[in-house]
Amino acid sequence: MLTLVLPLTEAEGPSPLMPHTAEIIFGFVFLILLAIAFAKLVVPRFEKAYADRTQAIEGGMNAAKQAQAEAKAALDKYNAQLGEARQEAAKIREDAREQGALIIAEMREQASTEADRIVTHARTQIDAERAQAVASLRREVGTMATTLASRIVGESLEEEARQRRTVERFLADLESSESARQAVGTDG
Amino acid sequence: MIAGVSTEFNPPGPEDFQLPPIIPGVDWFTKPVLVAGLSVVLIVWFFYGASRKSAIVPSKLQFAGELGYNFVRNSIARDAIGSQDYMKFVPYLCGLFFFILLNNVAATIPLVQFPTFSHIGWAYSAAILSWVIYNGVGIRKHGLLGYLKLQTMPAGVPLWLLPLMIPIEFISNIVVRPISLSLRLFANMFAGHILLLVFVLGGEYLLLHAGSIALSGVGVITLLMGLAIAGLELFVQCIQAYIFVVLSAQYIGGALADEH
Repeated sequence: MLTLVLPLTEAEGPSPLMPHTAEIIFGFVFLILLAIAFAKLVVPRFEKAYADRTQAIEGGMNAAKQAQAEAKAALDKYNAQLGEARQEAAKIREDAREQGALIIAEMREQASTEADRIVTHARTQIDAERAQAVASLRREVGTMATTLASRIVGESLEEEARQRRTVERFLADLESSESARQAVGTDG
Repeated sequence: MIAGVSTEFNPPGPEDFQLPPIIPGVDWFTKPVLVAGLSVVLIVWFFYGASRKSAIVPSKLQFAGELGYNFVRNSIARDAIGSQDYMKFVPYLCGLFFFILLNNVAATIPLVQFPTFSHIGWAYSAAILSWVIYNGVGIRKHGLLGYLKLQTMPAGVPLWLLPLMIPIEFISNIVVRPISLSLRLFANMFAGHILLLVFVLGGEYLLLHAGSIALSGVGVITLLMGLAIAGLELFVQCIQAYIFVVLSAQYIGGALADEH
């Protein structure tokens, strides 16, 4: 290609494919200078900005993630506590129901025992009073019979008037004692 | 007008690229050297200013700098070389990209209007530097024989084809690459500049010196076309900078690739 072009351009001066030595040297110098300038001045600073930026974004995201994790932990904790509280409430309710039932049963038993006791006591008292009344009646009837008999036996039967009086007196006595006995009977 | 008729039109040619030295007697100090030197100063000044604070929340200047830096770092270096080794080459590739870009675009900037890389010496030095780097890192990683094997013996080629493949691969991967790199950049800049010269000088000649109203009208059209060509050239200038750096990065990536 070089040999093809050269004769064509020879007439008009040097071939455009022939470089100026100075320009090759300047080309090297400028490009190397630029590479060094970029390596020393530009690249580290841009890379630092990128690294800082990445870190800032990642830091923010980590913080957000941490906050989210914390919120979730708190929620879990509250949920667990709520569950526990519910369970406890249910347990307390159950206990109360059981205890209530127990108390009612106990009270019922106590009441029935008390009732039994009262009835028994009343019955015993009634029996005792009746026995007392029977004993007292028996004693009084005996006394009355003895008194009547002694009066009948002790007085003379000749005198009719006296006799009548005696009988009447006896009957009166009997009457009063009868009413007394009746009073005793209604009491018993 | 009458004087214009007698003027002969000289089509632009390679001699238009032979610029006189800026300071008479100092032969090496030409316009490309001045433009390239200014571009180096500009690039370093801009990127140093943009990166100086290395703030987490970037200023507009830092944002602009990061935009350019990121483009080379991620879209070119990391994609071509791989995320393991690319950081070592980011400074060179950044310098290379912005150097070529600025010097190419300088061809469109008024008062400069000369593509540095239409002088092939610049393209040679950039291509040689890339060649030295990709071969150097390849040899350092694989050893000389390992590197030659990597570059000249593609995986999965049958044994009987190797006598054919090794020379072809050697020429295409080791010999031709710097030439194609430099020629592609140089030829695009050179041809683009000549194209612009043809349209602008031709348009000017037709407009002012051709001597007829009709040809003057054609001259106006030609100049407008030249404007369109300048827009196209701006696009080509950016593309060529990108291609040069992408290929350099790919050569480095290929040299660092693990043996199959």
